[in-house]
Amino acid sequence: MEIMSISQISPDQVILWQWGFITINATILYTWIVMAIIVIGAWLITRDLSQEIHFSRWQNMLEVIISGISSEIREISQGGEKEYLPLIATLFLFIAVSNMLAIVPAIYLPPTASITTTAALSITVFFAVPIYGIAKQGPLHYLKEYFQPTFIFFPFHIMGELSRTLALAVRLFGNIMSHEKVIAILLAITPLFFPAVMAAMGLILGIIQAYIFSVLTMVYIASASQAHEAHQKKIETAEIKATA
Amino acid sequence: MDTMTVISLASIISAGLCMGFGVFGPGMGQGRAVQGALSAMAQQPDERNALTRTLFVGLAMIESLAIYCFVISMILIFANPFWMYVTKKVGG
Repeated sequence: MEIMSISQISPDQVILWQWGFITINATILYTWIVMAIIVIGAWLITRDLSQEIHFSRWQNMLEVIISGISSEIREISQGGEKEYLPLIATLFLFIAVSNMLAIVPAIYLPPTASITTTAALSITVFFAVPIYGIAKQGPLHYLKEYFQPTFIFFPFHIMGELSRTLALAVRLFGNIMSHEKVIAILLAITPLFFPAVMAAMGLILGIIQAYIFSVLTMVYIASASQAHEAHQKKIETAEIKATA
Repeated sequence: MDTMTVISLASIISAGLCMGFGVFGPGMGQGRAVQGALSAMAQQPDERNALTRTLFVGLAMIESLAIYCFVISMILIFANPFWMYVTKKVGG
């Protein structure tokens, strides 16, 4: 059974249930499934955490993932992994799980292969960057960044914000969608072996895309909230010089 | 040639051209980026983690250009708005 024909480029076009103007398409259904897997899995694993020497292998897995993400955040943002971890880890886990489940053949369509999901994720990033920036360095300092080095650069900063949001969405969508299409085309011309190899390669591709999405988010947030620290450091060094 | 022939011909040819030219530049760019990262890693193996992370971010940036071209040619082949318009007009 094939749920999405090769001429449909988005799982939005696979409509499963319709009642009036309420439509449940494949994207929504599989987003719910991914959310359920993440939430129920996290609940089952964190239900009996232990600090003893003997703990479950699932707890070990989650600890490895979370400490890996938080060390990655610490390297990019130089501290502050506590405040950035919820957003970054949520993005990473959602994208990684929804990409990795694409190894399930025939019945699963990754929700990240639809431009609507990726646009929603990158709009989240679009709003998270100024929120973290303002929370870290205050509205005036944050807005001053847009007029650096002179006020002429204001429209370019705005264009940069918009185009990187678009790029974030289209990159994830394009990679996952193109991988799905490559598997579908290979299934049509050389069945059985090569599509399986390509699907296995999809695991590494999905993880890399999730990694890139969260690292880019972290880089954007760090660049929006670190100018203040550089400014602070300049003041401190000036004070040290003045006292010396 | 009638309109439908012209539209389908133009769509197919420009999808091919879009992929061809659109992959050429990012391919060169990614090759140079990997080359630079490899020689940097050979010189300073201790900095491998930072280099790898920067390499992946940079590759993703370059790759997104090729992905734009791919999305455009997918739209031209599978979800062409002009083709839809013409077929709807002829059909209905």
